[in-house]
Amino acid sequence: MFNREEIKKSFLVSLWFMFLTFPIMVIRVNTIYNRVEWRWDRLLMIGIGSFLLSFVWRYFIKRKEAGIQKADAGDGNETPLVQRILTTPKIYYPSLAVIVALAVAFPFISSMYQTNIMTTALIYVMLGLGINIVVGLAGLLDLGYVAFYAVGAYAYALLNYHYQLSFWIVLPIGAALGALFGILLGFPVLRLRGDYLAIVTLGFGEIIRLVLENWNAFSFGPSGIANIPRPGFFGFKFSLPEVTIYIYFVMLVLVVFTIFVVNRLENSRIGRAWIALREDEVACQAMGIDKTRTKLTAFSLGATWAGMVGVVFAAKTTFINPASFTIWESIIILCVVVLGGMGSILGVILGALVLILLPEYLRAFSEYRMLIFGTMLVLMMVFRPGGIVTNVRRTYKFKAEDAG
Amino acid sequence: MQPILNVKNLTMDFGGLRALDSLDISVNRGEIVALIGPNGAGKTTFFNCITGLYTPTHGDVLIAPPGQAEKRINGYKPNHVTEAGLARTFQNIRLFQNMTVLENVMIGRHCRMKAGIPGAIFRNPSTRAEEKQVVADSYAILKKIELAPHVNELAMNLPYGAQRRLEIARALATEPFLLLLDEPAAGMNPQETRELDDLIVRLRDRENVSILLIEHDMKLVMSLSDRIYVVDYGKKIAEGTPEEIKNNPAVIKAYLGEEVDA
Ligand SMILES: Nc1ncnc2c1ncn2[C@@H]1O[C@H](COP(=O)(O)OP(=O)(O)O)[C@@H](O)[C@H]1O
Ligand SMILES: [Mg+2]
Repeated sequence: MFNREEIKKSFLVSLWFMFLTFPIMVIRVNTIYNRVEWRWDRLLMIGIGSFLLSFVWRYFIKRKEAGIQKADAGDGNETPLVQRILTTPKIYYPSLAVIVALAVAFPFISSMYQTNIMTTALIYVMLGLGINIVVGLAGLLDLGYVAFYAVGAYAYALLNYHYQLSFWIVLPIGAALGALFGILLGFPVLRLRGDYLAIVTLGFGEIIRLVLENWNAFSFGPSGIANIPRPGFFGFKFSLPEVTIYIYFVMLVLVVFTIFVVNRLENSRIGRAWIALREDEVACQAMGIDKTRTKLTAFSLGATWAGMVGVVFAAKTTFINPASFTIWESIIILCVVVLGGMGSILGVILGALVLILLPEYLRAFSEYRMLIFGTMLVLMMVFRPGGIVTNVRRTYKFKAEDAG
Repeated sequence: MQPILNVKNLTMDFGGLRALDSLDISVNRGEIVALIGPNGAGKTTFFNCITGLYTPTHGDVLIAPPGQAEKRINGYKPNHVTEAGLARTFQNIRLFQNMTVLENVMIGRHCRMKAGIPGAIFRNPSTRAEEKQVVADSYAILKKIELAPHVNELAMNLPYGAQRRLEIARALATEPFLLLLDEPAAGMNPQETRELDDLIVRLRDRENVSILLIEHDMKLVMSLSDRIYVVDYGKKIAEGTPEEIKNNPAVIKAYLGEEVDA
C-alpha cells in the first residue's frame, strides 16, 4: 500500500488541502496591531495530517469496496446485525426492556440540563418519525416540514393567549391543524415530484415563517410570544425541576404513541400503497391506487406529528418566535432521517439521538463543533449511505398456514 | 353480442405527431385479440389512452363490464379504469422492485379492499380479516401463475421471465374482465414463451378474462389469437383472423415480410 503511486496521490491530496485551508488556517489579521500574521507552522501540520489521513481514507474505501464485492459474490444473505436483533425475540425483548428502563430512569439519574436535552432529542425523534412517512415511505421530498411544527407551536401559543386553552386541549388541536395544513400543502404539489416538489415545499415552509414574521396583529411578529404556560396535570402546578421531568415523560409517551401508530400504518393497506407510490407512481396508479388520495394522506399523516410536537415545543420553551422555524430546522429533521436510515423507525430514533445529543456534548470543542458535525455527515454518507440502520424493510413473510 | 371493449375513432396527438389516427378496435367476451405493428406504430400509446394514462384527443373508449351497461371511460383516472375492470402490464417491466412478490400482488388487491386509516391504526377484526383474506387471495393467484415458490422474494431478484409473469399476476389481482398485455413475451426464451402461451389460454378459459395483447413474437400471436389488428403509423391497416392476416398482402408488405412463411 506504500508504493510510489500511493505516496504521490497522498502528497497531492495534502498539497490541495494546504491550499484550501490556507486562508483560514494560516492568515490571521491581527486587528490590535493592524498587521497580518502568517502561521506557517499550521500549514505544515495540515500538510502532514492530511498526508497521513489520506492513507486511512483509502484503506477504508478499499475495505468498503471489498465488502460490496463480497456481497455481490453471493454471500449477500447475511442479515445485518440490527435486523437480526429485531427478529430474534430472545434478544429483542430483553434489550427493549433495558431501553425502556433506562428511558424511564433517565430524568432521575441525570441533571435537569441533561433531561432538557433529552426532551429536545425526543422532539426530534417524533419529527423524524413524522417526516419519515412523507419522505421515507411515500418518497416525497418535503423541505417545508418545519411549517407544520410552527403551526402546532403557534396553535398552542395563540389559543392559550386568547382563550386560555390548556396544553392537553390544544395537543389534539395542534395535531388536527398539522393534518389540515398537510392537506393544504399537498393539493398544490400533487403533480410534482423530486426536485420540483422539494423546491415548492421549501417555499411553503418559508411562506409560513414569513407570514408569522410579518403579520404582527396575528402572531406578534419577530418578537414572538412569551410566557407560554408549561403543561399542567389536572390543575396541579409543578416546580421547574418537576415540570422538566414531567415534559420529558409527556414526550416519551408521545414518542411511544407515534412509534405505535406509524408502525401500524406502515404495515397496512395504506402503508403498502405509500411504498408502492415511492417505487413507481405510474404502475401504482395502474394497479388501482388513487394517487391523489395516497399522497394527501401521506402529507397529512406526516404533518400530524409535527403539529402535535409543536405544541410540546411551545410548552417546553415557553417562548416561541419565527426564528425557531427556519429552513435549517427542516434540514436538520431531514438529516435525522437520512443519517438514521430512511424508512426505518429504529434508524430515525438513533439518528435523532446522535444528531441532537452529539452537538450538545461537543460543546467542549465549541469552536470545531460544526466542523466535526459536518465531517461526520460526510463520512457517514460515504461509508454508510443507507444510514446508521440500513433499512431492510420488514416485508410480509408468507407462511404456509396463510394460504387460507 | 356487445363487445366488452369498444374503441371508436380514437386519435391521439403529441404536439404535431399523430400517434393514433382514428382507430376502431373492439374485443368481445372470451376473446384473445392481438394488436401488432412495427415499433413506434402506436400500440403502447393505444394502451395508455384506454387505461387513462393519456387523455385521447378524439374518440370514445367504451367498456361493458359483465352484467353492466356500456359506459364511456375517456377521462377516467387510471385507478378508476382499473377499478372498472381493465388491468394492464407494461412493456418495460414496472414492478415494485423493493417489495416482495406477495406484496406486489397485494398492491393489486388494493382497490378491492376497504380498510382506511382508522382500520390501519386500530386493526379491528374486520381489517384483520380483510388482511388475512388478501394474503390468501394473493397467494392463490401466485399459485395459478406458478410463482408460489418465489412468494417472499423481492421482485427485483426474480429472473426476467418470472418478473413478466409477476406483472400478469399483479394485474390479475385487480379482478379485471379484460387484461391488457404489452409485449408479455419480450425477452423470454422459447421455453418461457411456450409456458406463457399456455398461461394466457388458461387465464381466458378458467379465469374468465378476455385478453388484448401487444406482441412481436409472431408464432405466439398466430397460435393464440382469435383476431388480430395490425396498426402502422397509428392507422389500422388490417384486421381479421390469423389466417386472414397471414395472407393479407398489405400486412405482408408493410410489416410481416417473410417471417410468417418461415
Ligand atoms: N408521451 C409521449 N410524448 C410524445 N410522443 C410520444 C409519447 N408516447 C409515445 N410517443 C410517440 O408515439 C409513437 C408511438 O409510440 P408507441 O406507442 O410507444 O409505439 P409502439 O407501437 O412501439 O408501442 C412514437 O413515435 C413515440 O415516439
Ligand atoms: Mg410499445
